[in-house]
Amino acid sequence: MSYKKRFDGRKLTETRPMIAKIGVVKNAVGSAMFQIGKTRAIAAVYGPRELHPKHLQNPSSGRLRCHYNMMAFSGSGDRVRPGPSRRSKEISYVTEQALSPVLDLSSFPKTVVDVYIELVQTDAGTRCAGICAASMALADAGIRMKDLVTAISVGLVAGTAVVDLDYDEEAHEEGAVDIPVAMTPRDGQITLLQLDGDISKEDFAKALKLAKDACAEIYEVQKQALKEKYTEDKK
Amino acid sequence: MIQRKYIESLAKAGLRADGRAFDEYRKPISVEYGVSAKSAEGSARIKIGDTEVIAGVKMELGKPYPDKPDQGSIMVNVELLPMASPRFESGPPSIDAIELARVVDRAIRESGSINFKKLCIEPGEQCWTVIIDIYPINADGNLFDACSLAALAAVKDAKMPKLNGDVVDYKNKTDEGLPLEKEALECTVYKVGGQLLVDPTVDEELAATARLTVGVTDTNHICAMQKGGFETLTEEEVLKIVDMAIEKTTELRKELKNGKPYKI
Repeated sequence: MSYKKRFDGRKLTETRPMIAKIGVVKNAVGSAMFQIGKTRAIAAVYGPRELHPKHLQNPSSGRLRCHYNMMAFSGSGDRVRPGPSRRSKEISYVTEQALSPVLDLSSFPKTVVDVYIELVQTDAGTRCAGICAASMALADAGIRMKDLVTAISVGLVAGTAVVDLDYDEEAHEEGAVDIPVAMTPRDGQITLLQLDGDISKEDFAKALKLAKDACAEIYEVQKQALKEKYTEDKK
Repeated sequence: MIQRKYIESLAKAGLRADGRAFDEYRKPISVEYGVSAKSAEGSARIKIGDTEVIAGVKMELGKPYPDKPDQGSIMVNVELLPMASPRFESGPPSIDAIELARVVDRAIRESGSINFKKLCIEPGEQCWTVIIDIYPINADGNLFDACSLAALAAVKDAKMPKLNGDVVDYKNKTDEGLPLEKEALECTVYKVGGQLLVDPTVDEELAATARLTVGVTDTNHICAMQKGGFETLTEEEVLKIVDMAIEKTTELRKELKNGKPYKI
């Protein structure tokens, strides 16, 4: 437990400052921006629209398709080569699974809802920021949902449990455990769970609890952004 | 088709669908620097009406080209993200994206804006490559000018990263900007219903029969051109377009000067 004071001075259970905004891409049906610390994701939703190729169509429901992408200059070192990588494909896939449980696309058979997630600037926690932005964008698009999805990365830095690791913490020389978690904030169901590192059962349980508390905070930020947009529109 | 005829007939009557003059850009035009300040060496977000473009600069170490052993180089890449328009699809770069990137590249490269010799670290061995990645976020017409403006803004914003021997320390930027000696910007003029107009909307682009992009330096020299479209332009039209481009890039330059740090 050598890591007591965080590099950026946050409390162990404190997330970085968050900013959420709805309606950032005018052409899209729904869109949102979510920033946590210096990690900033934009999500845009198109659809429901006809799904091509046709063999992917589901005659009884619409499909969700997510596309996670880091802009070439958004990495923390060298330029990221544009186009899908193995990493971005996996993140796209788990993002679909993280969001699907709250969606009801049964009214739109044979269609697809495309969610495009772009990272403009990154400082770790990008898939979680992407999921937060995407769930707000889906809500903005008016897709039927039973809840939003909130996501945060928790873990251990040099043996200490912390919330919302930044890049410097992930790269701590004494090692870090990174656990991205997504959940439906109202009933606490887990929709995404990944883990990199070495952690005891007890520490894991503790980290998961921290994630739940952080998700409650994120949920408020998301709801506030949605309310702002729609009370603004009413005026 | 109906829309196209409508736009054409309006143009013939001297009008535009949104009420602008033929030589008038949409407003507001905004330039914000440092949209990816944490990650990129230089970055900017620009908006022209509802068209929004983000550009970022990364500096990479490389080997000079054998035919220019004492020079660094640049690379410009445009991704037409499906996020930006329902008409864009994922996949390898479309011909539109390739043309866009090459035309933006041309103005910066051929104007001699960047002193490539100053980007050489060791002749024949090591040099800097300036990589400009451009992403339209919302495509609502006139991507040529928007991408050119975003690219120049990002280059102006860029600071050289620190170099420790052969390793780039991307976390620590120096105070030194890129060796930028001229500032090249592009203005594209479209021919719609026989009239010449700037800053088209998507509908106007679809109704256009020809276009000409003109790159202009800050001393009002021409540094790049690209004609597009399947119909012709007369000599008089080309000369008129050059005059329009010089006048309009002068206006765009003011927006670059009035640029502010990025705010969410």
